[in-house]
Amino acid sequence: MSATTPLSSRGRIWFQALADNAQPVNTGLESVVVADASWGGERVRLLAIVPDPQNRFPRARHGELGLEEGWTLAHHVREAIAADRSGTKRPIIAIVDVQSQAYGRIEALLGIHLSLAAAADAYATARMAGHPVVALIVGTALSGGLLAHGDQAHRLLALDDPQVVIQAMRKQSAARVTRRTVEELDELGKTIIPMAYDIRQFAKLGLLHELITGVDADAPSAAQIARVKERLAAAIADIRKNPGDLTSRLNNPDAKVHRAASIEVRRRLAEQWEV
Amino acid sequence: METLNFEYEAKGSLTRRAHVGVVGSGDLEVLIEPSGKPTAEVRVRTSVDGYTQVWKDVLDRFFARFGRAAKVEINDFGATPGTVTLRLEQAAEEVQ
Amino acid sequence: MMHTTHDDNRITKERRDLFLRRQSIIEMRARQRAQAILDPGSFRELLGPFDRMESPWLPLEGIVPESDDGVIVARGQLGGWPAVIMAIEGAFQGGGMGEVSASKIAGALGLARRDCESGNPILPVLLLETGGVRLQEANLGEAVVAEIHAEIIALRRQIPVIGVLTGMVGCFGGMSITAGLCSYLVVLPQARLELNGPEVIEQEAGIDEFDASDKHLIWSLMGGEQRYETGFADALIEDDASVLRQTLQTLAARGRPARHRSENVEEYRRRLATIDPAAPPDGPGLRHIWPKGETQ
Repeated sequence: MSATTPLSSRGRIWFQALADNAQPVNTGLESVVVADASWGGERVRLLAIVPDPQNRFPRARHGELGLEEGWTLAHHVREAIAADRSGTKRPIIAIVDVQSQAYGRIEALLGIHLSLAAAADAYATARMAGHPVVALIVGTALSGGLLAHGDQAHRLLALDDPQVVIQAMRKQSAARVTRRTVEELDELGKTIIPMAYDIRQFAKLGLLHELITGVDADAPSAAQIARVKERLAAAIADIRKNPGDLTSRLNNPDAKVHRAASIEVRRRLAEQWEV
Repeated sequence: METLNFEYEAKGSLTRRAHVGVVGSGDLEVLIEPSGKPTAEVRVRTSVDGYTQVWKDVLDRFFARFGRAAKVEINDFGATPGTVTLRLEQAAEEVQ
Repeated sequence: MMHTTHDDNRITKERRDLFLRRQSIIEMRARQRAQAILDPGSFRELLGPFDRMESPWLPLEGIVPESDDGVIVARGQLGGWPAVIMAIEGAFQGGGMGEVSASKIAGALGLARRDCESGNPILPVLLLETGGVRLQEANLGEAVVAEIHAEIIALRRQIPVIGVLTGMVGCFGGMSITAGLCSYLVVLPQARLELNGPEVIEQEAGIDEFDASDKHLIWSLMGGEQRYETGFADALIEDDASVLRQTLQTLAARGRPARHRSENVEEYRRRLATIDPAAPPDGPGLRHIWPKGETQ
């Protein structure tokens, strides 16, 4: 591979597939790719984090969400909000394949917590301003990376694939911190759904709008890409009918079974709110 | 985690309830309220297995003094018998 | 030579009395902290211990739950203002956010927003003593932390959302993002605020870059005073409950900031662009180039 070939990743594959020859926006960073695709005549802004081995921040070279990545995502989401202020609010799609947040001394010093907050803030602001915001999880979606890039969407969609993993921490690290073996974690995930690393288990929590099956996540055919586009368009149309906020993740049959406590807490707080 | 249950005869009733403590390392929380029965009942959930006799000894001594018809709930994260006794006595003071 | 006057004696005695009456927040449990903040007699806890809203997941994993799942939600008054305090108990599971504990915070913020929107302002105060998401509840903890973020971003359009970081647990993980979204952040010198815990940074970046046992290094990068001096926090106070109460009232009286620091995108992009990762500043050095008071 030559030094100038961009490192492949699920995020890049799907960004390019969905952008469909749209001219990328100049973000100033190789690690943040943005484009305004044209889907059936409608402009849709796509954003993704991709690996950049030349990233000037050494701890953000493998697809991590680092300092500049967070603020740059925030910039390009807010740019769309400002541009569409008096017109149609273009849909905003976060294509999620983020290794994790970046870990390092300068990340700590320079406030990576605020960089990720800025990204989450921008997506939430777009959502509240009337932009349909959708997250499409095509690879890893770990912890801070997902909180910043994807979790503030109206709807979360994921590909049904063994390498699509949504979790709070990498398995090896989680095993170490909770003083268990990886095998024990796997066993726990079979009955304790929130701890599972399997996307099909995750889907039972009622957080996903849709799990898209029958798609080769690494090398999708033209037909498969078209189908994913169609499912995203359907999610956008659904949002335009019922925008709401993140509480849609509570009002569905799966949530009633596997997130009963979340629902009960809110109900009982409301009961006790007034004397 | 082990769950232990104990029951004691009561010599008096309770009108108030109290909560003390925190389920932190080496500590416990105690919830105490009227049992609504002629007996007192205790449920212990503890992170350290195999100490049933020690719990019994501590609770026997406590109820010998306290004697009220209380429903007691203990959530323990490895407290020593001394700390358990302290928390029980703090709770007892608040309801008497 | 200075002569001690009668007035000097009086001032010294007042200072000594104030010091002796000082109530350490760090030494208090979460429930006591909430009680100390609210006006005397106004504290009313929601979903308290006797409501037994415990974690449904911890007992399944053989872990002893806590009756309040480690979060105290209390309504009351702060200097006469209606307020709701959401205080995390750092001693329980490291203050980790589980389904119930995070939902108590998200739910309380949502109800505060409903009241603010119908003309009944309620001041929200978050006491953040937390390692982040509770790993034993992983994806549900994470999902509800995202809901907390959403609620803050919406609520802070109505009223300032004030975060308080005291220590000694610190504020890490997804909850450091929560702190970053607050309208105002009050910190003690003992506080720590950072996305990644010191042990995790050492593990991922190596001990040469980050030695998690080096306390001086840790506080120079992420400690309360450092965060205040570099514009990531709005007030640095001593460990005294009455000073905290006063500071919260002062900040509340300011109203919403014109712009929140998480919205200050162009400024932070500009600042980062001038930093060379190959020759970065250290903690003290950053205070000269990113001074406090210029980030909102």
